[in-house]
Amino acid sequence: MTTSAETTARARDLLGVSRLTNRSLTSWLHALPGVDQVGCDSRAAGLRTRSIKTDSKRWAIDLAISMIDLTTLEGADTAGKVRGLATRALVPDPSDPSTPSPAAVCVYGDMVAVARETLGDSDIKVAAVATAFPSGRASLKVKLADTKEAVAAGADEIDMVIDRGAFLAGDYLTVFNQIAAVKEACIRADGSAARLKVIMETGELVTYDNVRRASWLSMLAGGDFIKTSTGKINPAATLPVTLIMLEAVRDWRDEFDEQIGVKPAGGIRTSKEAISFLVAVSEVAGEDWLTNEWFRFGASSLLNDLILQRQRMALGVYSGSDYIADDAPSAY
Amino acid sequence: MPTFEYAPAPESRAVVTIEDSYGLFIGGEWTPGHGTPFATINPATGEHLSTVAEATTDDVDAAVRAARTAYTRVWSRMSGTDRGKYLFRIARIMQERARELAVLETIDNGKPIKETRDFDVPTAAAHFFYHAGWADKLEYAGLGSDIRPHGVVGQIIPWNFPLLMLAWKIAPALAAGNTVVLKPAETTPLAAMLFAEICQQADLPPGVVNIVTGAGATGQSIVDHPGIDKIAFTGSTAVGKMIARSIAGTEKKATLELGGKAANIIFDDAPIDQAVEGIVGGIFFNQGQVCCAGSRLLVQENIVDDVVRRLKRRLETLRLGDPLDKNTDVGAINSAEQLARITELTEAGVAEGAERWDTGCPLPKNGFWFRPTLFTGVSQSHRIAQEEIFGPVLSVLTFRTPGEAVAKANNTPYGLSAGVWTEKGSRILWIADQLRAGVVWANTFNQFDPTSPFGGYKESGYGREGGRQGLAAYVRSGGVA
Amino acid sequence: MSRIDVRKTYKLFIGGAFPRSESGRSYDVYAAPTREGNRAFLANAAQASRKDARNAVVAARKAVAGWSGATAYNRGQVLYRVAEVMESRRDQLIAEVRSAEGLTAARAATVVDAAIDRWVWYAGWTDKIAQVTGNANPVAGPYFNISAPEPTGVVAVVAPQGDSLLGLVSVVAPVVATGNTCVVIASQEHPLPAITLAECLATSDLPGGVVNVLTGDPAEMAPWLASHLDVNAIDLAGAGSLDWAALEADAAGNLKRVRRPSTDEDFTATPALSRMTDFLETKTVWHPKGR
Repeated sequence: MTTSAETTARARDLLGVSRLTNRSLTSWLHALPGVDQVGCDSRAAGLRTRSIKTDSKRWAIDLAISMIDLTTLEGADTAGKVRGLATRALVPDPSDPSTPSPAAVCVYGDMVAVARETLGDSDIKVAAVATAFPSGRASLKVKLADTKEAVAAGADEIDMVIDRGAFLAGDYLTVFNQIAAVKEACIRADGSAARLKVIMETGELVTYDNVRRASWLSMLAGGDFIKTSTGKINPAATLPVTLIMLEAVRDWRDEFDEQIGVKPAGGIRTSKEAISFLVAVSEVAGEDWLTNEWFRFGASSLLNDLILQRQRMALGVYSGSDYIADDAPSAY
Repeated sequence: MPTFEYAPAPESRAVVTIEDSYGLFIGGEWTPGHGTPFATINPATGEHLSTVAEATTDDVDAAVRAARTAYTRVWSRMSGTDRGKYLFRIARIMQERARELAVLETIDNGKPIKETRDFDVPTAAAHFFYHAGWADKLEYAGLGSDIRPHGVVGQIIPWNFPLLMLAWKIAPALAAGNTVVLKPAETTPLAAMLFAEICQQADLPPGVVNIVTGAGATGQSIVDHPGIDKIAFTGSTAVGKMIARSIAGTEKKATLELGGKAANIIFDDAPIDQAVEGIVGGIFFNQGQVCCAGSRLLVQENIVDDVVRRLKRRLETLRLGDPLDKNTDVGAINSAEQLARITELTEAGVAEGAERWDTGCPLPKNGFWFRPTLFTGVSQSHRIAQEEIFGPVLSVLTFRTPGEAVAKANNTPYGLSAGVWTEKGSRILWIADQLRAGVVWANTFNQFDPTSPFGGYKESGYGREGGRQGLAAYVRSGGVA
Repeated sequence: MSRIDVRKTYKLFIGGAFPRSESGRSYDVYAAPTREGNRAFLANAAQASRKDARNAVVAARKAVAGWSGATAYNRGQVLYRVAEVMESRRDQLIAEVRSAEGLTAARAATVVDAAIDRWVWYAGWTDKIAQVTGNANPVAGPYFNISAPEPTGVVAVVAPQGDSLLGLVSVVAPVVATGNTCVVIASQEHPLPAITLAECLATSDLPGGVVNVLTGDPAEMAPWLASHLDVNAIDLAGAGSLDWAALEADAAGNLKRVRRPSTDEDFTATPALSRMTDFLETKTVWHPKGR
């Protein structure tokens, strides 16, 4: 558990300043090395050329399934839809009980209880988006209330959004303070805390330099995970952006001996794509991140393709969508 | 927790047919050579691939005569439009047979399939495509009025990019209206043999392209042949000097693409993760067997420890092994001779007091292999900072100021390429001005394009390949230019 | 009784100064023969040695950074100034060329005027050659890519041996117009116009060392320049009667750019662009284009 005051005190310590000001945050963030877009894109393209076959592919598919935050975030979500999704998480492939379950089910705050109830005492976590998701355009008070309600309803994880407007306006202190406050709101009555994923909405930050700065700012403010996107903005989770975030968590651990998770979300729909991300995790951050404790995919339809590939490898023939039990077909 | 092991992902060899033996490609026909046939092997395994004819002086003479006949009777009389169409055809066939070319190149050279597949073959095809378009537009190239081809061009290419160097040589020569006699390197003749077949498929008039195989003596016969109007050579500076001496006092023209000892300069405000990629790509691309390799890393002294730490971590992820495996980053050294040279120079580095580090990765039992290697604590006076190693060996030096970086970068008889990494635009432009090198890569490294001239200053040779300036090397001008 | 004239001492031109040969040697220079076959004594020219050639290379190397780093506009101004100074000494140049080469007054005037005009021509080239020989390259990727010419460095020049002024200007001006510096071996038989040209250069804002003029025996000096490792290129324009194949072979020692002897070059004609481009390197710079 970490209070906002503790987070701020730690930040002062890490920055070596007596008072945390916007100027001290700016100096610190702007001293990070720049990211050359073309070079970063080309490194990502290089990682994509890895050819993952046979046993490696089998292993990677199961790992990818286990890393999914199976998500539904629609205005039209109902208890029935969420129950279906949670059930799917419990039994991802009825034809093969050896199929691993996703890491979590990710829903809006008001659906946490439904999800929790369906998942019962399984290991599958419930993640809730909060803080006036997806735009984040609400008062801090509202954002904190949103968070606290989700935590109280049994959310294991909170996926918050940062104030991109404040970030782009250079008001890093506001972004920091809000993350720290939400972090505090994740504390449960028993003193434990929900894990906090900080959504940077990289599609709105646009430049890779901004992605790097937002990553470091989110880690400084106490985020347990840094997450690319809400899924509501294009582009969402691209490999180059995820690469920059993996570099950030790698360098953060080198510097402060603390491990932070990474969650690309939105737009990852195929097994081949997901495996490219795992290659990036392995070659950039290292194998310590190759577990669902430290890496997640925010996705819905990805699970179907992973299962399709899994069946193909098990059966030796190509499978089809009629053989995938999908309780919650979604456009997301 | 299990690690992410990549299962073997070998590219299939089945796509390639290698004959038991090859003759010489003269006048559009395969003809036997009169020298002593020699073997070409797979440097990754030591496996015998084929036996190739050695062209004698008489064989070279036959090739030059075939080229002269084709020049006089056909190629010089053909319209530029038609010449261009043949080149377009060749480019297309290379694209169609790309997989075959890539696999063959990997087998004969030892370089990773991902490089032949994603770089060598597509770039070679692009060179033909680019120059095809020039064939009927030479008068627009700004090379003067009344430009004419030289006639018969003798071309000698190295083993590090067998197909790409062939394309760099043949495409502009043919576009400008010359005919050629080309000698591939003795350790990597097979791509040229397949290219001869492509010329046949394209119905290229016999004698426009002639390919003679052999070693130094065959090359010397080409250089010395009185029927050769121009020499184009890519290879070592030592041989380049021999060629320059050989043609002294004659009418022959020459372009020489020779050695290098490129500096790759890293400032403390560099985009560090991309710089690390650039350093790695700069020296370990093609096992460092690249004339423009960034073999001298010049790092601003205040970040050298961080850069070296990041570099080592990155090198640990390089995968060395079977070049046909799609996940291989570092393939085999091309020959026993080259491996011996790399070994000798790295031993000299240790003896001279530089600190050696390598990835410690296991090496395959057969074939020629060398681990990606890093030397720290290197000074300008060390042999590993002066001599071209032509292998996966990086020397790390430091500097304090931009002026010192430039001085160290230029402190070499070579001048082929250089790199500079900094996010400060004005510094890039100043450094680019100061560097005595034909190609300057700023915040990138080892980029190549048919439109972009490539070639060196000083002892890295003269003449350019690629672009308008490269075309200039294949025409003579009767007018004011 | 006519006045006893004050004769000029003709010395070398190295690093902007006019030293005698370090060897202390000089040689007799005569006018072109009269109809009767008499050759009037004109002067004792300095006979430069290989050490003078070496000193000239040092001076030329020292001048490279400043001259190649000067703006093209500035180099144009300086070259035009050379033409202005020559114009003011036009009569002297005509007289010298006439006595040296035995030309008619009209022919000598034509030659000198062409030599002056040649500086004007190259003065106009300094800031255009990069535009004519350089270009952007449309590479197949997100990169800015540009190729531009740069001077090769120090260029040794064996000047035409017959055409003592126009030939000299025609080989020196294109070399320095683009930012190279040079060491030129003047016509052995007619060295005096070269020294007068040097005096023009010395008074025309041209930095010392950009042009260095040696008088003496080309056969003695050229091999040292051809083999000199700190010389980047050599123009053998006037080496046709020497063993120029050997000079070219020597030049291979550090892969000098070599321009072979010109045979019967008409120096009154518009010069070929290659007089400049032979002593230029193409530099290509890449940079990514990203946000």
